[in-house]
Amino acid sequence: MRFKHFISPSAHGAHLSEITATRREFLRGSLVISGALLVGFSSIPESLFASEDQETEFRPNVFITIHPDERIEITVGRVEMGQGTYTSLPMLIAEELEVDLDKVVLLHAPADAKLYGGERHDQFTGGSLSIRTLWLPMRQTGAVARLVLVRAAAEQWGVPVQECHAKSGAVFHEQTSRRLTYGQLASAASRLPLPSVIPLKSKSEFEIIGKPVSRLDASAKVDGSALFGIDAVVPGMLFACVKACPVFGGKLRSVDDQRALSLIGVRQVVRLPAAVAVVAENTWYARQGMEALGIEWDYGQNADLSTADIDSLMKNALSKTGVVGRDDGDALKVIRDDPQRFERFHLNPMLAHAPMEPINCTVHVHADTAQIWVGTQVPARARDAAAKVLGLPAERVTLNGYYLGGGFGRRLETDYVEQAAAIAKQVSAPVKVSWTREEDIQQGIFRGTYAHSVSASLDEHGNPLAISHKIAGPSNLARWAPGALKDGLDGNSAEGSIQFAYDLPHYRSEFVREDGPIVTGFWRGVGATRNMLVLETFIDELAIKAGKDPLAYRLNLLTGDERAYQVVKRAGELASWGKKLPQGAGRGIALLYAWGTYMAQVVDVTVSNLGEISVQRVICVVDCGVVVNPDTVIAQMEGGINFALSAALYGEITIKNGRVQQSNFHDYAVVRMNQAPAIEVDIITSDLTPGGVGEAGTAGFGGAFSNAVFAATGQRFYQFPIRLDKAHG
Amino acid sequence: MHLLMETIILPWAVPIGTESYEIVEIHDRVSLTTGEGAEPVFVLNINGVDQSFDLSPDVPLLWALRDVAHLTGTKFGCGMALCGACTVHVDDVGVRSCVLPISGLVGKKITTIEGVADSTLGRAVQTAWLSNEVVQCGYCQSGQIMSAVALLKTVDSPSDADIDNAMSGNICRCGTYSRIRDAIKEAASSTQGKVE
Repeated sequence: MRFKHFISPSAHGAHLSEITATRREFLRGSLVISGALLVGFSSIPESLFASEDQETEFRPNVFITIHPDERIEITVGRVEMGQGTYTSLPMLIAEELEVDLDKVVLLHAPADAKLYGGERHDQFTGGSLSIRTLWLPMRQTGAVARLVLVRAAAEQWGVPVQECHAKSGAVFHEQTSRRLTYGQLASAASRLPLPSVIPLKSKSEFEIIGKPVSRLDASAKVDGSALFGIDAVVPGMLFACVKACPVFGGKLRSVDDQRALSLIGVRQVVRLPAAVAVVAENTWYARQGMEALGIEWDYGQNADLSTADIDSLMKNALSKTGVVGRDDGDALKVIRDDPQRFERFHLNPMLAHAPMEPINCTVHVHADTAQIWVGTQVPARARDAAAKVLGLPAERVTLNGYYLGGGFGRRLETDYVEQAAAIAKQVSAPVKVSWTREEDIQQGIFRGTYAHSVSASLDEHGNPLAISHKIAGPSNLARWAPGALKDGLDGNSAEGSIQFAYDLPHYRSEFVREDGPIVTGFWRGVGATRNMLVLETFIDELAIKAGKDPLAYRLNLLTGDERAYQVVKRAGELASWGKKLPQGAGRGIALLYAWGTYMAQVVDVTVSNLGEISVQRVICVVDCGVVVNPDTVIAQMEGGINFALSAALYGEITIKNGRVQQSNFHDYAVVRMNQAPAIEVDIITSDLTPGGVGEAGTAGFGGAFSNAVFAATGQRFYQFPIRLDKAHG
Repeated sequence: MHLLMETIILPWAVPIGTESYEIVEIHDRVSLTTGEGAEPVFVLNINGVDQSFDLSPDVPLLWALRDVAHLTGTKFGCGMALCGACTVHVDDVGVRSCVLPISGLVGKKITTIEGVADSTLGRAVQTAWLSNEVVQCGYCQSGQIMSAVALLKTVDSPSDADIDNAMSGNICRCGTYSRIRDAIKEAASSTQGKVE
């Protein structure tokens, strides 16, 4: 199969059709590696298949390695940062390969964009794309291996292939009660050609897909043996603490390191153009050394920058002309001509990711090679970026992958890998560069500030005839993957706005790119998290303005999209929508449609006399098409909702004098156990193409939460984090 | 200067389950500021094994474990006892190892995630974590498990309020809280009357 479109980190519309792979698309899998059968699937462009006969030229996207000693290794083509790919992708392979998951050994994929990067050769994990893009290729990869193994057995027995079948890592011939294990067949299978037709199981034949499967990474994560990038141990390694200029764009002017170098364990002070690092025998000594440095910075042109400046920049950008992502009817004219038009402005603040594993990277630079140990969402980009810093060809740099202690978009960036490489270049030993939490919070590639203008023209019943949503803010995609812009449109920043599911004659979505003075990036849910918050708050306002029930109002507008209608209806039923709530309580609903996934959340809040908001319960109904591992979907919804609740209650990075004012979890607070709501997830049974799951829970929460607080307090919110008026305190 | 005693102590940043445990304050930073003199050797009992550390007395246990003993199951998260990722047990009490200098730990029994399976309770908590499919990224889970075990050592059958009190010092950015709560309750019921 072939991906029809390049899928951006969060692009929409990944509709894969169930087609049969052809011989050409499976690069010859019969690589013999120490008697092992190694097969795989690649979705690399056809031109690269011209060299089909040169085995060294092609390597599959995902490997299955079956060793003669029965070891079955699966190299997972996407990284594991909590979202469950190290279970779901092996499930897809095992379903067709006919092996037991508990016998499979998982391997981190090496940095290799050609092998693991899909059509655009961009090896990244993000955009809720793993299952969407690999749902078919992973099954095909398993199926092709099984077909070859079955054929090897049939040939050995001299029986028709049709009389043989595979099960639990072995091939059987029932008529003669014969059995050969995959290990016994590996060598023979490795010499057979790959099949030209790869039939796949129908859904009714699935034995693994759709069943709750225990996470394959769980055991190691409850006994401390799971290794994250920060856990890399390299013989002879040193430890570095780093501090970058606190003002964005500033430079290092001078460093007085006399006292630092006299401290126990401090080995070296490394100067970079805009940062300084202290290298020591352990992390603590390095931090003590950092405290002892006398650093002077040249703050540069952002020395007076403040959040207000950025907010104004984005608000003002709303008056500029942007790129129109969707334009049904003539929304602008209808709204302009309506003197009763209804308009609201929203602002979405900057946010840090704050993954529990602070940013880190270990690098060892040799004369003409280098090694990297890191958890990253972009192994090949990270390797290439480090190679560039080191002046080495990429193939001389090896990246060793690890589990990620959270990604959320932060580890789609390579800034920290480049920084670690630049430090290690000056150190004659392996060096682990780990950021303090303060550095992690203050040197983030933050979610940018976005301004939104949303307006409507209403009919005599208060229903919208036209809605126009204009967004202004940074384009991450233009910086990160400019080739993914479609006719200049950043579909990632406009996600959730373009996919508008309500049935209106006039609807318009426009995005104005305004990058601002700070480099910003992807944050879980990206465009949809912001845009659906704005739109679903707006729809709620329209419903209240019309004097209608917010749920009924939505259903009335969802006449053109059955899946959207059903999730809203179902969420209302599960939540006993309409039931009277006690004083101080409120209930809100919101719809999400993005990444091919539909969702409705109903959030129940209570607001205390002191103005403290607590979420009692969240109902989350999700229709993400066919489900691979149901419990993973539930877990992603639960986690995504808590992630969004943190942002709704507390999330805000503010800038004063060019520097971030927050520093650690006391002033960049996140939800804790005592604030975590009860969450009930309901998955709609579906045979449709898989939708994205990793970000939907986050993106679907904000609107429902904001609407619930309105229901409880009568206060509308146009900017998170929510701050209740004193009147309600 | 920064550090230890300037740490902001929030209610859940103090050692779990006890009021008697004191964080040892280190005043002697002479060796740090001058680099003079040999580093003292501290012998710490970690997971039942005595290990020597040639380190400055103020080095927090976290970095001795991670950078020197290579016991990397204990995680760094914040450095200020704000997130609980570094939670270990000292004499069976849950503590934040990022703010505990090693000099105060000589003669005490230190248990890390790598040693938690040596107790019936520790194994029960790990088992409950697995059966509830708690983990996502997994980075905070060592600390969560250590806090949960510490809680169950003092409260056989914790209420939701007990769990809130004991576990709100442990942050999970993946948001696995409801499963942690369920797992603690399951571990509690599975060990009723069985803990040695």
